[in-house]
Amino acid sequence: MSIRIENLTHIYNKGLSYETVALDGVSLTIEDKEFVGIIGHTGSGKSTLIQHINGILKPENGRIFINDTDITEKGIKLSDIRKRVGLVFQYPEYQLFEDTVEKDIAFGPSNMGLSPEEVDERVRESMELVGLAYDEFAGRSPFELSGGQKRRVAIAGVIAMRPEVLIMDEPTAGLDPKAHKDIIEMLVKLHKMTECNILLVSHNMEDVAEIVDKIIVMHSGKIFSQGSPAEIYKERDRLLDIGLEVPQAMLFMKKLEDRGISVGKDVMTMDEAVEEIEKLLRKGS
Amino acid sequence: MIRDITLGQYYPGDSFIHRLDPRFKIIATLVYIVALFIMVDFTSYIFTISYMAAVIIISKVPLSFIMRGMKPILLILACTFLINLFMIKGGDVLLDMGFLTVTEKGLRTAVFLATRLIMLLMVSSMLTFTTKPIMLTDGIESLLKPFKKIGVPAHELAMMMSIALRFIPTLLEETDKIMKAQLARGADFENGNIIKRAKGLIPILIPLFISAFRRADELAMAMEARCYKGGDNRTRLHSLKFTYRDLIATIVTVLMVAALVIQRILM
Amino acid sequence: MESIIRIQDVTFEYKRTGSETSAILALDGISLDIEKGSFTAIIGVNGSGKSTLAKNMNGLMLPTGGKVYVNGMDTADESGIWDVRQTIGMVFQNPDNQMVSAVVEDDIAFGPENLGVDPEEIRRRVDMSLQAVGMYDFRKKAPHMLSGGQKQRIAIAGVVAMLPECIVFDEPTAMLDPQGRREVLDIVEKLNKESGKTIVLITHFMDEVANADRIVVMDGGKIVMDGKPQEIFVRSDELKKLGLDVPFAAELACRLRQRGIDIPENIILMDELADHIKEHC
Repeated sequence: MSIRIENLTHIYNKGLSYETVALDGVSLTIEDKEFVGIIGHTGSGKSTLIQHINGILKPENGRIFINDTDITEKGIKLSDIRKRVGLVFQYPEYQLFEDTVEKDIAFGPSNMGLSPEEVDERVRESMELVGLAYDEFAGRSPFELSGGQKRRVAIAGVIAMRPEVLIMDEPTAGLDPKAHKDIIEMLVKLHKMTECNILLVSHNMEDVAEIVDKIIVMHSGKIFSQGSPAEIYKERDRLLDIGLEVPQAMLFMKKLEDRGISVGKDVMTMDEAVEEIEKLLRKGS
Repeated sequence: MIRDITLGQYYPGDSFIHRLDPRFKIIATLVYIVALFIMVDFTSYIFTISYMAAVIIISKVPLSFIMRGMKPILLILACTFLINLFMIKGGDVLLDMGFLTVTEKGLRTAVFLATRLIMLLMVSSMLTFTTKPIMLTDGIESLLKPFKKIGVPAHELAMMMSIALRFIPTLLEETDKIMKAQLARGADFENGNIIKRAKGLIPILIPLFISAFRRADELAMAMEARCYKGGDNRTRLHSLKFTYRDLIATIVTVLMVAALVIQRILM
Repeated sequence: MESIIRIQDVTFEYKRTGSETSAILALDGISLDIEKGSFTAIIGVNGSGKSTLAKNMNGLMLPTGGKVYVNGMDTADESGIWDVRQTIGMVFQNPDNQMVSAVVEDDIAFGPENLGVDPEEIRRRVDMSLQAVGMYDFRKKAPHMLSGGQKQRIAIAGVVAMLPECIVFDEPTAMLDPQGRREVLDIVEKLNKESGKTIVLITHFMDEVANADRIVVMDGGKIVMDGKPQEIFVRSDELKKLGLDVPFAAELACRLRQRGIDIPENIILMDELADHIKEHC
């Protein structure tokens, strides 16, 4: 599904002394099936942006087209939009409420008015997609699972609605390194299998660098830059200027440059860094 | 949405009213409420309304902020106004619309009661707007201390209130988040009959309770780690002192009440 | 060196309620001495027992086997428990759930108030602690108006105001964004280097602990590694097996070594590695 946003503006607490412009004339396009990373500080507007895409927030100004349907238009059925655009909030495990994993995941599809058989099918499918074995987990209480598992249940609850766009707000926040890695791998698998658009909101450039097709960097309610990871990281110094964390490999290359060593510009990952430095040291000795 | 509720919040400031002893403010609020109920006619409003106006002006709390807090009860206010307006009969008929008539007495009572309700809300909001929650609870604790002998757990009550006040904004924010998350999963809070709507609240209330209990558990542990062992032998950062300011405020309040009482006797 | 916390052969069992009556062994024979003035990091994945260990250090939990001594006081001895908790301050993971008051400075005062400190002295300590975490200008604010990192700094100030000798940080950065993490870690280091506090930092992020004096790695309720950062980080394969990350520079150095490039084993920080490369190319 394609998403087109034109000149989107959102203001919190409008008219009050503490009103804040959270989004300021944001325009962007996301192509069908694209895997997009949205990066920025807390307060950069990224969470506000994604809440507009499924109609949870209403813009002050601007338009949002999903497959050429303007969802900001009056009279549009938001429940239809929400079926097609799934949104997983930060710490989604805090929204779990049923006494079994199965029932909780079924909440979304049931709200869509599907038949029990269809709901059951979707529960099984989404549990498989997030890597929870149906036989082992379906009947268990979500509250006795580990943090990482709870989060998968919550994500499955949204996937079960078979959205065409899946938006994830910091899906790895607060997890330990192992659970973190598992979730990132799950996302990659999910994108491959369902071919839906995924919008991944993150502070962590490291995660995003290796898996997305495109990165959108937000800063103070505006789009700071957008493009493929390679294009974005060409602007490394600008990103560092606004205090964003770049992938460690790039940070290290910068440290080498600062010491007057010339290195390749396009080193983004650990593997590339190893290659580059090996070359450098072999040449030296 | 839900974050707009200002009722019960504190509006930071450093005005004369803000700096008054909370014990005085609590008693004055109670006295004012009693005063509202001994008012008999429109002239007595002059005293209570100007007293309230003075408090608001001196406190520097913006009127818009106060009004925002009133929003949630506008509906109740409108209902009582209309019921009184049409139901109470007596005096000249001012307006006759067939089955509905407005009489002089009805209009008078409606305006009276509505004003009383507004003033009641205003005075209690002014108490919380201008008094730090912790001062408020300190004040209550101090006022309740004499009753400790008959088993009133003054400190515990005050501590409970203070924690409740601290967590209201946090829980409101959380409710907002959970609502949005369930909306994104296709939950519907607006349509259907009462039973369906009540059922619709379950996906919000259960996560909210679970989170509240988790918070309570963690908070209890954090308080213990900071050596909380109940009210005995505790000192306070702000000890309450009755100053010249409170004396002035007391005199003004007494004068207002006295004027009301005298007027009532004269009537 | 004198130790402030002595943990001797401690076990801790969680009683499981419900259908299963079995107990879970969260700590399984832990012995550990924390030296005065040191900066110790305790690392492990969720469920490794690190948080349980932390709560055993100040008597919030009492060991089901073995003993914990704080400055020689047994944490199981009820008469000394408040001395123990005043000596060992504790900062928790969720900043929201450790604040009692709706105004920042009143929250900082909470600890000293509980200790029965004089009002003027409380005032002095509140100001001192707020300055120590760089939040003095926020003293009249309401906690819910602050960012996660700021809230956590307030929580730290609340503990500093009790003048503890040692502060145990139980995953203080787990819920923070990168900026908040940096703010909190800077303060943790400052408290150790400048104020001489003993620090125990519990975390699952390896890159937070490169500056610690000592790293203790936990897994399954046991201590599996214990040593200087340089000694721990070179064992990157073992760490990965435990589900832990290795800091970038240590990992890079390790990978280069595997390719036959000689890089000294004490290099674990980016700047050290960059300097080394500069010298050799």
